[in-house]
Amino acid sequence: MTPLPDIERRLASFIETQDLHVEDAYELLSLGESVLEQWVAAKGLEPTRDTREGFRLLALHRQGCTDEPSFNACRETCRELAYHYNLVTLEPQHADTAQRLRMMTLVANHLYLFVAGKMQVHGLGDFCCASRPLRQEAATDSA
Amino acid sequence: MSGTRAKYQKVAYYPGCALEGTAHSYNRSTQAVGKALGLDLVEVKNWNCCGAMEVKNIDPKLQTYLSSRVMSIAATEMKMDVVMAPCNGCYHNLKKAEYDLAHDAQSAEVVDRLSKKAGHATYRAGQVETIHALDWIKHGIGEEGLKRRLRGSLKGLKVANYYGCMYTRPRHIFPEKDQGPGSESTSKPHYMDDLLAVAGAVNVDFPLKTACCGGAHTLSDSDTSTKLVLNIIRAAEAAGAEVIATECPTCHSGLEMHQVRAEKKFGQATKVKIVYFTQLLGLALGLGPKQVGVHENISDSMDFLRQKGIA
Repeated sequence: MTPLPDIERRLASFIETQDLHVEDAYELLSLGESVLEQWVAAKGLEPTRDTREGFRLLALHRQGCTDEPSFNACRETCRELAYHYNLVTLEPQHADTAQRLRMMTLVANHLYLFVAGKMQVHGLGDFCCASRPLRQEAATDSA
Repeated sequence: MSGTRAKYQKVAYYPGCALEGTAHSYNRSTQAVGKALGLDLVEVKNWNCCGAMEVKNIDPKLQTYLSSRVMSIAATEMKMDVVMAPCNGCYHNLKKAEYDLAHDAQSAEVVDRLSKKAGHATYRAGQVETIHALDWIKHGIGEEGLKRRLRGSLKGLKVANYYGCMYTRPRHIFPEKDQGPGSESTSKPHYMDDLLAVAGAVNVDFPLKTACCGGAHTLSDSDTSTKLVLNIIRAAEAAGAEVIATECPTCHSGLEMHQVRAEKKFGQATKVKIVYFTQLLGLALGLGPKQVGVHENISDSMDFLRQKGIA
């Protein structure tokens, strides 16, 4: 698995460059999968090799949501990444390919920031507003 | 006039805490737009906090009660059918309370007990319909009605519409969404796009419409929030946007504050302006920039809007 700092560095280099190519779509999708692999593995699960709607990325997201409804907050980000991958690879000659790759880079970066932030704040705790650990703690206290 | 359109002509208005503070310009512009469109807003009497994030994190059922009290006042004391909440947090919490009361007997029991203790009628699921400001204008006036009332135009202003994460999530508390043509989409929301396009804006293709802005951790982990916001802003600018239109006070203030912080902390300057959709609609309806609170935004867009001939 690619460590998060390596993913961050690679995404940063994509963001900096103005010279994006169709082949970069494969790596950007792969980086997205790597981000989700980190999340799934940190939860003690084996990252799935399955696909959903043709994408391992979406299967990993589904797996990452297990017992973690707040992880759905990156569902559309994953779907946008898959959508942009399709746009770029199915219409490589399209006039908007460079712009689509630029957008795909920022979408992948958002997925990285969301997941990395989520893992960083409370170890494996909740990053967004549905703070399950706090509620569990309160439930334990009142028991 | 359709049933929904008639029902939305006069609604109970639940501004919520943010619109009385950092989002005062959203409050001002929502009321001004309502007046310009001939829609009546009657503020919920003696309203309370919806439970926001803080209460929900500690005791979700207490949040359900707090939101239910707002709906109870609207239904039983004000005899209103519809509560309109422009804040995504309030809107989300009232919808969540509605769902919980309809599906969870324990929530209903807690709400009943606390309501009796507080001395007001217990709210029962289905007594009111909670809507967002976007629903209110989209269905209360509609695109054609809006077009007829325009006194100006957004003149091709390039807009990235940012809906935030709470307007569509979780999907099960919004049963009216994803119901085919005419309804709102939870994966690609479009109501704000639709309304601003009628007002003369050009909506750019923006892939982070519902992405997390890190609002919940803006104080506890500011750097992550700043990076998330910076990425949203960069995406909007890369898409060609001159303005990010917002419909959530938490997202809006987060975008404004972290845009400044991104420059100070990380040296990453960006230019896009952050404006509430109600402010843009108000300008297109012929209202002055002060009437819609442009001067109250942190993101100073007054000169920009004047240069564009919009304000």
